[in-house]
Amino acid sequence: MSEYIVELKNAVKRFPGVVALKNMHLNVKPGEIHGLIGENGAGKSTLIKVLTGVFQPDEGEIYVEGVQQHFKNPNESVAAGIACVYQELNIEKLLSITDNIFINKWIKGKNGLLDYKTMHKKAREVMLSLGQDIDPTRPAGTFGMGVQQMIEIAKAVLINAKMIIMDEPTSSLGEREVEQLMKTCRELRDRGIGIMFVSHKLEELFELCDRVTVMRDGEYIDTRDIGEWDNDSLIKAMVGRSLENQFPKEFGVRSKEPMLKVEHLTEAGVLNDVSFEAYGGEILGFSGLVGAGRTETMRAIFGADKIDGGKIYIKGKEVQINSPKDAIKHGIAFLTEDRKGQGLVLGEPIRTNVILANLKGFSNGLFLDHKKINEAGEKNIKDLNIKAPSLSEKVLQLSGGNQQKVVIGKWINTDADIFIFDESTRGIDVGAKVEVYHIMNRLVKAGKCVIMVSSEMPEILGMSDRVIVMRGGRITGEMDRSTDRFNQEDIMKAAWEV
Amino acid sequence: MKAIKNRLMDYAGTFGALLILCIILSFASKNFLRVDNIMSILKQTSFNALVSTGMLLCLITAGIELSVGANATFCACLAGALVKAGFINSPVLMLIAIVGGGIIGFINGTLLTRLHLPHPFVSTLGMKNVLWGLALIVTSSQMISFSGVDGVMWLGSATIGGFPVSFIVVIIIYIIMHILLTQTALGRSIYCAGGNMEATRLSGINSANVLTFCYTVSGVMAALAGIVSIGRSGICNGANAVQPYDTDAIAACIIGGASFSGGKGTMLGTMFGALIIAVLRNGFTLLSVSSAVQNLVLGLVIIGAVLLDVTRERMGAKARRLAAVKN
Repeated sequence: MSEYIVELKNAVKRFPGVVALKNMHLNVKPGEIHGLIGENGAGKSTLIKVLTGVFQPDEGEIYVEGVQQHFKNPNESVAAGIACVYQELNIEKLLSITDNIFINKWIKGKNGLLDYKTMHKKAREVMLSLGQDIDPTRPAGTFGMGVQQMIEIAKAVLINAKMIIMDEPTSSLGEREVEQLMKTCRELRDRGIGIMFVSHKLEELFELCDRVTVMRDGEYIDTRDIGEWDNDSLIKAMVGRSLENQFPKEFGVRSKEPMLKVEHLTEAGVLNDVSFEAYGGEILGFSGLVGAGRTETMRAIFGADKIDGGKIYIKGKEVQINSPKDAIKHGIAFLTEDRKGQGLVLGEPIRTNVILANLKGFSNGLFLDHKKINEAGEKNIKDLNIKAPSLSEKVLQLSGGNQQKVVIGKWINTDADIFIFDESTRGIDVGAKVEVYHIMNRLVKAGKCVIMVSSEMPEILGMSDRVIVMRGGRITGEMDRSTDRFNQEDIMKAAWEV
Repeated sequence: MKAIKNRLMDYAGTFGALLILCIILSFASKNFLRVDNIMSILKQTSFNALVSTGMLLCLITAGIELSVGANATFCACLAGALVKAGFINSPVLMLIAIVGGGIIGFINGTLLTRLHLPHPFVSTLGMKNVLWGLALIVTSSQMISFSGVDGVMWLGSATIGGFPVSFIVVIIIYIIMHILLTQTALGRSIYCAGGNMEATRLSGINSANVLTFCYTVSGVMAALAGIVSIGRSGICNGANAVQPYDTDAIAACIIGGASFSGGKGTMLGTMFGALIIAVLRNGFTLLSVSSAVQNLVLGLVIIGAVLLDVTRERMGAKARRLAAVKN
């Protein structure tokens, strides 16, 4: 019998163009709460998916209680005793709690029909054991996130899971629900179940975990007992990486007056009194954890979401922005983080996509000006180095990097002054990234204002003139490139608020 | 040059199907190729071609318009009710019908975009029943004759050198709509709203207005079709509101290359689709096929066309996956 319930050794997982996991180790003992922490994109999700059988590792071994396993699909992982409570819960909101718990494991009576009496009784028992005194016949959707999460945990308990993975379980919970969850975790631990607790919140790790493993860039960094970690050592382990010279940073001339000024931007439950200034000729980086409210800030400025309060000034004049149309009229360009879902019409050719934000400008009276469109499109292809056989190529045929360049072309063709790049280099290869940085350089040199939302620390440090850090819908830090606070650790501390 | 060739190749399937159908029927019935029969086919095509215009716009935006047939019937009945009340000024009658149809389309669009009904299936299905009821109410559930109101009848009954006026109007409308869809900013917006509503909105296009426009145009086209139907039959009949005009229109669009997932479809393709359906119906009549069998075969054609659409989508998705792997 092995000392560990689950042991992962030398795991490697490659995707086309990226190595998501390399030499990853992890071991979880029975009756322990094991924290896992890493930056955005460090490979935590991939690791979870390898353990739950969603992905198959290219190399490495998984042992459950000392027996080697080769999970071909999630069912095999569940059968071996690994359960996972995902950040996005799998709850059928209209069905009762009992139905949710017994989905696919229904208890049948002698007549072959479902035995709801027994199922309700068992559901009630298991929820009670998790500290939830509730009526299991009620629809799951009528309960809060905390109870819904307990339903997922109840499923894991009912299949006698040996290890339960919790992926950012507290991200959508209120304070009291978090307390209840921690209590439940400790009780499960005392029953001998191993818990892998993935979190972005250092204070939770210190409060709850017995041991913590840190990963970075898909690699195992260190595992220590909680007493041997402190804030500084954890952050250092997470970010301790040298900045490679893949950032061709160039400097523009910063405008005297702010190009964009935002005051007291508020959106209930999302943004909390956000104020900042952005200048022409500079790249203003926005750093923070996923869900810190950076994208929401940009969507609010762009008129994509309704705000509850706040003022926006462009070049010193207050403007009313109620829709993306207004924002574009005032010279704002927004390169959304989800380029396929929000940036492009994939079934349409490059020609249509690059003029979409400025159809009026490319019309001559009633009709589209095909000559002007073709000239602009050809110029985009040349200037932005878009690799495509012709303007008639449908955008869905292009690679990620080239798709992103089409999005950039779309906004360059609007003559905007303020360019918001939201995670613009995510999922594109290194070469294309550098080209996107060159385009940002060209924009700031032409006196434009560039706002760069990024979850990649090297990119923030490599390209920004100034960085604003957000957490929980608020601004928690601002660092200028010329000061000594412009470094990974200070930015991380602001992002984690430690 | 290659682009134009590709674009024509898109129609090879539908045009080929139409051609083969015509060749078979010309062998099966010696009357098929007679000029008066061809003219009769075109006359029969007009109604469906008009309602299909609106249907196509809505399908391109990833919506659907189930009230086109009922709207056409209602507009005809509205004019009929006025005639019965003694009002026989043809231009004004036609104007009232067209404005009425347009308003109903506008309501459909507003229900979808401003009142946020989940899918136009809901709003237009409800509207279909509302219009059915209204058509029967305004006519007191009676057929009303338009004899003596020649101006209203003219559009659906007149011919120029044997060529039906209604089909000439259809051709003009199709050319205008083709130009609108392919050569104007509004046309691009319609396709893009259907291809990716959110990306279109975030590009500064008022998607809600674009959709409302499509449903309003659909209403106007339905009203025109209603006027054509008056000319063809000389009467209006509220009971016609539940005839399967909507499914014929959907079939014409889908056969012509439109897709339920939006972003696709052309006027030319829809014209071929409408012609295929009219030729089929005409052929059945010439060959004295019973109406039961007619319904059966038309049903199969509709299923076949949707199957074609689904298969096209899946092949497209597969091609996309393959392309993604290659990159």
